[in-house]
Amino acid sequence: MSELNIEQVKKIAKLANLELSEEQLGKFTTQLTKVIDYNVEQLAKANTDNIEPLLNVSGLTNSTRNDQTQPGLTQEQVLQNSDETHNGFFKVKQILDQS
Amino acid sequence: MRTIREIHTGLKKKEFSCFELVKDFLQNAKEKDKRLNSFLHFSDELALQQATAADHLIANESEICWLTGVPFGIKDVIITKGVPTTAASKILEGFIPPYDSKVYENLLAVKGVLLGKNNCDEFAMGASTENSAYQPTKNPYDLSRVPGGSSGGSAAAVAASLVPFSLGTDTGGSIRQPASFCNVVGLKPTYGRVSRYGLIPMGNSLDQAGPITRTVEDAALVLNIIAGYDPKDATSVKKDLPDFSKALGKDIKDLKFGIPKEYLTEGIDPKIKAVFLAATKIIENLGGVLEEISLPRSEQAVPVYYLVMSSEVSTNLARYDSIRFGKSRVHFGAEAKRRIMLGTYSLSSGYYDAYYLKAAKVRRLIFEDFQKAFSQVDFIIGPTSPVLPFKFGEKINDPLQMYLCDIFTVPQNLAGVPAISIPGGFVDGLPVGLQISANHFQEEKLLSAAFAFEQATDFHKREPEGF
Repeated sequence: MSELNIEQVKKIAKLANLELSEEQLGKFTTQLTKVIDYNVEQLAKANTDNIEPLLNVSGLTNSTRNDQTQPGLTQEQVLQNSDETHNGFFKVKQILDQS
Repeated sequence: MRTIREIHTGLKKKEFSCFELVKDFLQNAKEKDKRLNSFLHFSDELALQQATAADHLIANESEICWLTGVPFGIKDVIITKGVPTTAASKILEGFIPPYDSKVYENLLAVKGVLLGKNNCDEFAMGASTENSAYQPTKNPYDLSRVPGGSSGGSAAAVAASLVPFSLGTDTGGSIRQPASFCNVVGLKPTYGRVSRYGLIPMGNSLDQAGPITRTVEDAALVLNIIAGYDPKDATSVKKDLPDFSKALGKDIKDLKFGIPKEYLTEGIDPKIKAVFLAATKIIENLGGVLEEISLPRSEQAVPVYYLVMSSEVSTNLARYDSIRFGKSRVHFGAEAKRRIMLGTYSLSSGYYDAYYLKAAKVRRLIFEDFQKAFSQVDFIIGPTSPVLPFKFGEKINDPLQMYLCDIFTVPQNLAGVPAISIPGGFVDGLPVGLQISANHFQEEKLLSAAFAFEQATDFHKREPEGF
């Protein structure tokens, strides 16, 4: 039984970069617990000893191309959907200390 | 004009110009969509420009492609340069893609005409289109019921003949289930068959774009254009591209149709079971051989899907940081947030082994179940959905109930095999889809069997009242 508590859900929300209201936190705690419990209970029925995880159904590995520059988007195109740009850059919140 | 074939024939015989056709389609679609809400955006000006280009091509060429001059819709999770694309989310309100998806590029290359972008569940997450941040779409067969999801807008638009085809995407059933709910054809190709370049990603080891059409032949004609290796999609596979429409017309005599014994249990609506069993009789009458098979991990398919898919979703939706595009993450709808939370939790330290990794291991078992089954039979069949098209609001408050709607469709995404839903009958006037799956890269065989069933039945000819 996973029985998530609200503190754990707050931590997950932080990892997921989601701001949730108290009401949403409460609702998600109930819903996530229900879904996870059901999932874990079901998965336990399948024996996976010595089974490798399947991550890729087509069996392809390392599809690479020659390391040569090819035409891409223009700077203007790349910036066109942002509200916060400056001199051809994306503006972001300050991450380095002034000092 | 319901089908690609009808439109193509008319254009070729010069019974009407593409410009006139598209004008009529736009007028008709806008009028009827007031009742359905299947489109988020009509690209009028562009459509008429594209129609003019198509007319020019038709006048100058002796042979034209089946899709030249044909109007279509595209689910709004597939990007179209210069045409608003929202993924039915407030996050991408006002977003104008600076480049084309490969599938749209291919349709433009043959001078198809984009009528507009179809509504869907937000970021393709849902089974009813009720999760669209803009509007719910209605089922043309019963306006108080959902069209299914997540490609509900596409399916409703095609069912009501607003467009002869729309491109949907399918991660856990999102082409097939709405096709089933709306009495149309929905094909999920083999994973890797169609380029995912320009598909707003949801579950990148699961997603595939595919056609939603009125007939199996039309699905083959669209697949011809959208399929193929694309160097811009590292997961697309180099495989010979046949003319899929040439496979139609073969009989199904002595071909084996496997029915998983796990499918016909208590969870399924008994009326749907009855329709399905009647469909199997039709297959038998056509010479197909029915065989009971087992997919032992059927019960684990939905849990595996929801852990693997939501983990991929949590990663894929991390890009919406409102720096390069989009509004802040507070604008995600409830289902999007829920799946991001579920995925983040499954991947987090201390839980990764028990949740995500365990699910990925069981996924391998499911993959092997399918390989074993296809060594015994040619096709696997079943109902597409365990429930009839439900009423608005019926399932939206119980996520688990909504997830269980996917029980027959998620396994094919987990295994990567192609699957199609075709009109299979009705219960009290509500459509019931028949699902057929084949092994990897066997779309020719799959379409051929689907065509044989379709030609022996009249279900696909029924029209929703009032459209």
